[in-house]
Amino acid sequence: MTIDTVLDCGLTALVLAVGCWIVVARDSFAAAVGFVAYGLLLTLVWVRLDAIDVALMEGAVGSGLTGALLVRASSRLRTNEQSEAAEQPGMIVRPVAALFSAIVSAMLGAAVLYLPDPAPTLAPEAAANAGATGMANPVTNVLMAFRAMDTMLEKVVLLVALAGVWSLARDSLWGGRPGPRYRTDPKAPLTFLTQVLPPLGIVAGIYILWEGADAPGGAFQGGTIIAAMWLLVMMAGLADAPPISRRAVRLALIAGPLLFLIVGFGGLWLGKAFLAYPVAYAKPLLLAIEFAMTLTVAVTLGLLIAGPPERNGAS
Amino acid sequence: MSSVADIFTVITVTAGAFFFMAGTVGLLRFPDALTRLHALTKADNLGLGLVVLGLMPRAGGLLPALKLASVWLLVLFTGAAVSQLIAKAARDGDKDDN
Repeated sequence: MTIDTVLDCGLTALVLAVGCWIVVARDSFAAAVGFVAYGLLLTLVWVRLDAIDVALMEGAVGSGLTGALLVRASSRLRTNEQSEAAEQPGMIVRPVAALFSAIVSAMLGAAVLYLPDPAPTLAPEAAANAGATGMANPVTNVLMAFRAMDTMLEKVVLLVALAGVWSLARDSLWGGRPGPRYRTDPKAPLTFLTQVLPPLGIVAGIYILWEGADAPGGAFQGGTIIAAMWLLVMMAGLADAPPISRRAVRLALIAGPLLFLIVGFGGLWLGKAFLAYPVAYAKPLLLAIEFAMTLTVAVTLGLLIAGPPERNGAS
Repeated sequence: MSSVADIFTVITVTAGAFFFMAGTVGLLRFPDALTRLHALTKADNLGLGLVVLGLMPRAGGLLPALKLASVWLLVLFTGAAVSQLIAKAARDGDKDDN
């Protein structure tokens, strides 16, 4: 048994242990914090599997962003959590819920066990056509060119999710600013952190987007880092959240999918297929789409965590 | 020459791991939030610093080594700011209890 195997076994045991702990944790805040740790461990797992793109994604989105969403949700639920925990589910509900959970788990386990071996793969074809886009990172090629439709729809799903969050607003506050107005204390450490970190974070986000052409990285990871910087600025109270009715916000939200659609229909109009890029312009077109998508991802994720509008835009 | 670098890496990374362990023991054993933070900073600052120092000769060039060092500086900076935030929250929480 080599040292790598020992490391992998330890990591797997740790992932399973943290996963079980999250399930049995009674306090939703503790479970949310556990989920962040679980995501970081999964990031290490993806690194061990040499899937650096997925690891970046898991670290930024799976652990960081989803963790922030869950922590926020649990802090909102905190006020009535104890009264709800005191309610005992009925004699029938409990076994039925346990039964259904067991059935779903068994089905998932069976699906994994009965996967075809070797798994069907398109990897050789993706690698063989890597030159078509002028980008060296095969993952970016797949996301932006070979499976561009999925990537575009993924952004639309994000927009639908944001519309879902916004729809929780009261009628009178529609179009207002999300979240509370955070007060700023010029001498607080958070203010100092917020003054120093975002310039570095924004450069890092754009760097990860740019590197995505040839190395692990890409629009989603870069956009997530920029969204985190924006949230930091909002939570430190250095800049207020924008009213959701502002034209610039709406334009930023649709920039990525819109450019994707324009290029897609352009491909149709030029006679090949929806989302068929003209080979000579593939790289500049893809870069333009990626930049627009980074903007959209950053604004969408930032507003998703900022929550539904809670104040009038004027205040 | 390479064996000297190897010994350097082994010593610094081991020392870094020791500080991580000491920090973790402190996190588990210390009585309240402020002392636990005190223990954690040892893991973040010294532990990660020593691990990074040990890995720098193996990074394969000056630029990757500087990247590692900047990761450490970033963790130092955010770690310091975040522990201030947690400490303030813990102290304010204590006040509410009394």
